[in-house]
This record gives sequence, C-alpha cells and structure tokens, in this order.
Amino acid sequence: MSAERPAAAEGFPHDLRTPAELEPVEALAGRQVALIDLLDRLLNGGAVLTGDLVLSIADVDLVRINLRAVIHSITPDDPAPW
Amino acid sequence: MTAELCYLYAVGRPAELDEAAEGVTGQDGAAVRTVYAAGLGALVSTVSADRFGEEGLKAQLEDLDRLEAVARCHHGVVAAAYQRTTVLPMRLASVYLDDAGVTAMLRERGEEFLAMLSQLEGHVEWGVKIYADPGRAVPAPARPVPPSAESPGRAYLQRRQENRRNQQQLHRDVEAVVSRVAEAAGELAAARVAHRPQQGELATGPGENVTNDGYLVPSGHGEAFREAVTRPAGGVPGVRVEVTGPWAPYSFAVPRER
Repeated sequence: MSAERPAAAEGFPHDLRTPAELEPVEALAGRQVALIDLLDRLLNGGAVLTGDLVLSIADVDLVRINLRAVIHSITPDDPAPW
Repeated sequence: MTAELCYLYAVGRPAELDEAAEGVTGQDGAAVRTVYAAGLGALVSTVSADRFGEEGLKAQLEDLDRLEAVARCHHGVVAAAYQRTTVLPMRLASVYLDDAGVTAMLRERGEEFLAMLSQLEGHVEWGVKIYADPGRAVPAPARPVPPSAESPGRAYLQRRQENRRNQQQLHRDVEAVVSRVAEAAGELAAARVAHRPQQGELATGPGENVTNDGYLVPSGHGEAFREAVTRPAGGVPGVRVEVTGPWAPYSFAVPRER
C-alpha cells in the first residue's frame, strides 16, 4: 500500500532535550532487535551514506554494490530499488 | 595497501562523544574511539583490511551470520552513543582507508551534518508495521445451506464467493487501519519514512506485512505514540500492528537531496 521510497523527512520541530533525559536508558541498547528491522534501517532505509563522496579509486564504494546482492538474497521476490 | 582500515559508526557533536565511545566494543572486538574535525566528532574503530577491505567485506556481507554480527555490532555502537548524545548513524560498513579519510569527509560534509543533528536532536525513531493475516480474520457467517438442497457445483461456487467476500472485507479493514494509524501517528510524529514491506526468509509473521514505516517522534512521547498507533487495530480481526523501538533515528539521518 504505502510503500514508496522514503518520503523525505519533513517538518522537524526543534526540541533540545536529549533522548537520554527522556527515554529509559535500557530502551535503546541491550535489546535484541529483529535482524530484519535492523537491516531495514542500516541498509535499505536511512543512515548516512558517505564513502562515495570521499573515497577515491582505491576504495570504490564497493560496499554498496555488494549489499545489493545481500538484500536481494534476503528478499528474492522484491529486489532492492537501488 | 595498509593492513588496517577505519570503520565509521556515527557522527556527532564533540561534547560527550568521548564518553559515548568509552567502554564500547566495535567490530571484531576493537575499542571504539573518536576522530574530530570541523566541529564534529566521529565514532570509529580500527578494522583489519583482510576482513573489511574489498574482498573481506564482500565475503562477510554475503554470509548472513557474519552480516548479522557486523550489523548488530554497528547498531550496538550507535545505540550506546545515542543514549548519551544525538548522533547521525552511518550506513552499515562505511569503511575508510584511515582516520585522515574520516576527517576529510567530516570537513567536506560538516555543515550538512550539523544541520541534520539539529533536526534530530531530542527525537527517537519508532517502527510501525501493519500486518494482514487472513488466517485470523473472522469469516463472514456462512448462510446455512442444507447440503442436500444444493448441487455440489453450486456449493462450491458459493464457498468461493464467500472466500472472496472475506478477502475483500479484510482488505477494507486493513486499508482502514492503515489510514487510521497514519493519522494517529501523524499527530505525534515529526516525520515519517516508508520502508519496503518485509518479506523473505527473515520476515517474521504471522501474516503479510502491508506497511513498514519509521516515525520520528519527540523523546518522551514513546508510550503515547505506541498506544495511539496500536489502538486502531484493536478488535479488528486479521489486522495487527507491531511497534519497534525506540531506535536511534536511522531512517531520518538521510540528506534531503538524496
């Protein structure tokens, strides 16, 4: 249904409290999260992609290329859009 | 080719970053340390070129067990840091030749990173997945038909018709829950990102994952958010809402122009 690629994040209100002040400390770490939820975030979804802008010849952003294969093998019916 | 490379986990403001790195274990058990430049700090660790260079990385990431270990380690560093201070999580396996490569990158993209840090400050990410599970949908009440009164052909057609009706009903229920969840989440969240619905061998059922969204929610509103997004599926058979988090805001650490 609503599965477009990341609709750009928009409209962040500013709130200067740090997460640690407001969420229980153990909530973020020390929990076993599902691998697929983690990979959604670390590969398919967000997280800043650098590398490609920085590395030259010797360190081609090979990572991205190979991850495509990984993702593909995880969801064979639904190839990654990139 | 050096025997060591520099693995980058996250970027943040220098204050508290040293504390965020303290006692945290990076890839292959190496200590996490900090690299500073351009008013920013990076959490990095030294990795071996054998394992994180071109060939090594390829081998690791194509092996699901190794991929899991690398991903969980990366997440562990990011999550530990995010408890102390807002950081931008980097993509999995962001590997540089050396610390100088990281400082060059910080200099080049410093302004952009500082702006993103300001936007994410005081927020966490929650995941919201909606599932449709035909196995748990309540079938529409079948009209009692005395078996003898109908030919087998008609009974078959009738059953098919009922199945289709049930499916259509579930479809309508799912649509309704999806829109009510989006509405409820929108009232509390600052931003939303749609991930691809989960499928394949790693997807956990039961049922079919219909939506898989990340929401950026102000810290401290987690319980209210969870309650608001799970309520719409209450009492709707065959539709389930799963909430994960709080996460460091992985899904929102994305430059706008990308």
